[in-house]
Amino acid sequence: MTAPSLAPGRTGVVGTARTRLEGRAKVTGAARYAGEVPFAELAHGWVATSSVARGRIRSIDTEAVLAMPGVLAVLHHGNAPRLRPGVGLFGPDATLQVLQDDRVPHVGWPVALVVAETPEQARAAAEALVVTYDEEPHDVAFSADHPGVYTPEARPPAPPDVERGDVDAELAGSAVVVDEEYTTPEEYQSPMEPHAAVARWENGRLEAIDSNQGSYAIAQYIAQLFFLDAASVRVTSEHVGGAFGAKGVRPHLVFAVMAATMLDRPVRVVLTRRQMFTMCGLRTPTAQRIRLGADADGRLRAVDHESVSYSSAIQEFVEQSTRPTRVLYATDALRARTRLVRLDVPTPTFMRAPGWAPGSYALESAMDELAERTGLDPITLRLRNEPAVAPASGLPFSSRNLAACFEEGARRFGWPDRDPRPGVRRDGRWLVGTGVAASAHAAMTAPSTATATAEADGTFTVRIAAADIGTGARTALHQIAVDALAAPPEAVRVRIADSDFGPAQFAGGSMGTASWGWAITEAAAALRERLALADEIPADGITVRADTSELVRARQPVERHGFGAQFAEVAVDPASGEVRVRRLLGVFAVGRVVNPLTARSQLVGGMIMGLSMALHEEGVRDTASGSLVNGDLAGYHVASNADVPPIEADWVDDPDTHNPTGIKGLGEIGIVGTAAAVANAVWHATGTRQRHLPIRLDRTLTR
Amino acid sequence: METNSSAISLRVNGETHALTVDNRTTLLDALREHLDLTGTKKGCDHGQCGACTVLLDGRRATACLQLAAAADGRTVTTIEGMADGDRLHPVQQAFLDFDGYQCGYCTPGQICSAIGVIEEHAAGWPSAVTADVRPEAGPPPLDADEIRERMSGNLCRCGAYVSIVRAVAEAAAQVAAGREAAGGQGSGAGGTRVTA
Ligand code: FES
Ligand code: FES
Repeated sequence: MTAPSLAPGRTGVVGTARTRLEGRAKVTGAARYAGEVPFAELAHGWVATSSVARGRIRSIDTEAVLAMPGVLAVLHHGNAPRLRPGVGLFGPDATLQVLQDDRVPHVGWPVALVVAETPEQARAAAEALVVTYDEEPHDVAFSADHPGVYTPEARPPAPPDVERGDVDAELAGSAVVVDEEYTTPEEYQSPMEPHAAVARWENGRLEAIDSNQGSYAIAQYIAQLFFLDAASVRVTSEHVGGAFGAKGVRPHLVFAVMAATMLDRPVRVVLTRRQMFTMCGLRTPTAQRIRLGADADGRLRAVDHESVSYSSAIQEFVEQSTRPTRVLYATDALRARTRLVRLDVPTPTFMRAPGWAPGSYALESAMDELAERTGLDPITLRLRNEPAVAPASGLPFSSRNLAACFEEGARRFGWPDRDPRPGVRRDGRWLVGTGVAASAHAAMTAPSTATATAEADGTFTVRIAAADIGTGARTALHQIAVDALAAPPEAVRVRIADSDFGPAQFAGGSMGTASWGWAITEAAAALRERLALADEIPADGITVRADTSELVRARQPVERHGFGAQFAEVAVDPASGEVRVRRLLGVFAVGRVVNPLTARSQLVGGMIMGLSMALHEEGVRDTASGSLVNGDLAGYHVASNADVPPIEADWVDDPDTHNPTGIKGLGEIGIVGTAAAVANAVWHATGTRQRHLPIRLDRTLTR
Repeated sequence: METNSSAISLRVNGETHALTVDNRTTLLDALREHLDLTGTKKGCDHGQCGACTVLLDGRRATACLQLAAAADGRTVTTIEGMADGDRLHPVQQAFLDFDGYQCGYCTPGQICSAIGVIEEHAAGWPSAVTADVRPEAGPPPLDADEIRERMSGNLCRCGAYVSIVRAVAEAAAQVAAGREAAGGQGSGAGGTRVTA
């Protein structure tokens, strides 16, 4: 083989549109997801959940259920295997300590697992299982002035409080002040594939097929939880039907492992759609107060952002909604505070762009209000406050091309012709308006390992425990590998989603492709060096392993982010209050784009979730029972095809070598800013500010 | 045979299967668990998401809302039956080419639904956004708004709708061209008129 240089951008396939490697399998139905792999002697587990919000289990009537046809076992806190406490993917995780005691922390907490020969039998038995409780008073009512609000402990990536300069003095001296509260409701990730796992013991090894965002970490975790040797657990997840943050480790996998171990046969556990709403995390509601102080010319003197969110009684999860405020605008004084209240609710977790999505809704709505009050164009206002360094940390940006996104977006959207006055444009019965918002998301890199093998037949195999949850990661990593190996695409195989491939970053935080791509690039380079010295390739090939831990750690600290500008046009029916989004445009600066076809899908998909957040999504919790009223896909509306207008996403040049692949990641940034752009457009159409999501009919009609 | 089960026969993708099912078994579970046709997906099991869409006697149906025992004797086409050997159905090919999916979990349902939409449209069925629903008006152009409306029973949480609309428009045009080339009027009044 030849020995081309590894300079980024040198060869062919990175940067070109490629259809998905698994595309044919997906459009023919051949792609098997976790709950779809058949096994002989497969048993089926069905979870039974609590109907009360707080209390203790008094009794579980297992006898009646064990007598039902096909029932093999009922697992509950009295007989389930003991789990190691205090372990978790991101620190101790109490949400997975299932069936360990009689405590019930929220409605929908799993209290038993029924295992039977068929899914119908398991379901009937789980529904027939009588559980009684000693109920205790519960509290699920979230508000910013709840007496239990406290300051959570500092944990990465953002400390709860940041204070630079004298916010109160600058506010007092400001010519214009915006001081408003914004709220966002409970939101649910709701991937289309329900959580599913099958676990079995095979030759002394625990093998699990699971729907998740990162098999390596999950295999490690399962080993710890069940007091097993790390090498004796293998987790794979070839195809994953969406995740959006909800597919870390979830109880279905713990249950499958428990039951497979107790029964010594393969056990599959699939959650129902309703169970996903109580057992798989959610985005906490937020109540955010933003105070902006500016000179008459719009230059910011003070930015004060306080965000309150909730977590469960058993686990602290902090939604870091002030993150956009820490990077977006220059200001003389900055204060960001994150607060929390603990309620008898399910534990929130990551949902696409955690912190960034709800935080940007509040900040970018407030910026629009400041534009109105200063009489400035919203884009002019933002460009006037472009920072030289990150406002909170004082660190330089690795690259920042937000201004270019606004300029390019404004040109394409037709922004310069916009009449700034609200409530004056009619199109038939519709009031029409346009809005804009900035977008940002962290672009981090985490250590990963990969192997590259030169096979005796002249082909190459790259192995990495990456996950493709619909992102197109498999295809993008293939492109990266092809270029790094300087081999023809058909000679390179990429295998992912197997914990046996070694440590690799989770598919989360928009860090996947950047982290995995670097490891693959390193492995390919090392392999090519080896091949240059090898006379021939032995029958079992030549394999090298790369680990980017040292490289990642050795980098200088900088602020690395993707940026973007989102534009929306809406029409509002003043009679019904209905809001229709007519078009969306997003222009992003997201580093190097590996595959324009799948990248565009990711960005547009994020924007659609943002539209859905703006107009539709709202988990409604009943304070009397403590339960979610609308926990299914009929009650919890996510955007459907008819809700979605023509949407364009594109990107500007954003060279950035802080990660040598130049990749910044773009799975989450698409949802950041969309809701604010829509809310600002609704104001422009109607003259009514939208400070609470979702923008319901009753809210557009309120004056 | 237990009293709570039924012996049924299903014609699936051109093959007849005799099977014994628990009376509680849905058509969806019969396909997935008994016939190992896991291409048809289960997103909600409650008729809310469209992931389980198949063609039942040629028409779109959510397989999770059909009991298998009640589907005895009926003809089912699933995603596994859409390609002609190695040649993908034009809708499948268009989903692949236009990236009309991401995670792929809603995709079989979307594709079956789109194939149903193209047939329903060719047969002259109006939709909720059809301006002129008089029979003599003939089928409306299958434009983006018609496609969005008719495909709205299939949720896609990844948000692939924009590419799905493009893929369905493209495939519909191909199917219509194929019908014309075959010299026929298609299965319905006026054939398929397409504007993408
Ligand atoms: S699984 Fe049938 S409609 Fe959702
Ligand atoms: S492609 Fe993932 S839900 Fe549609």
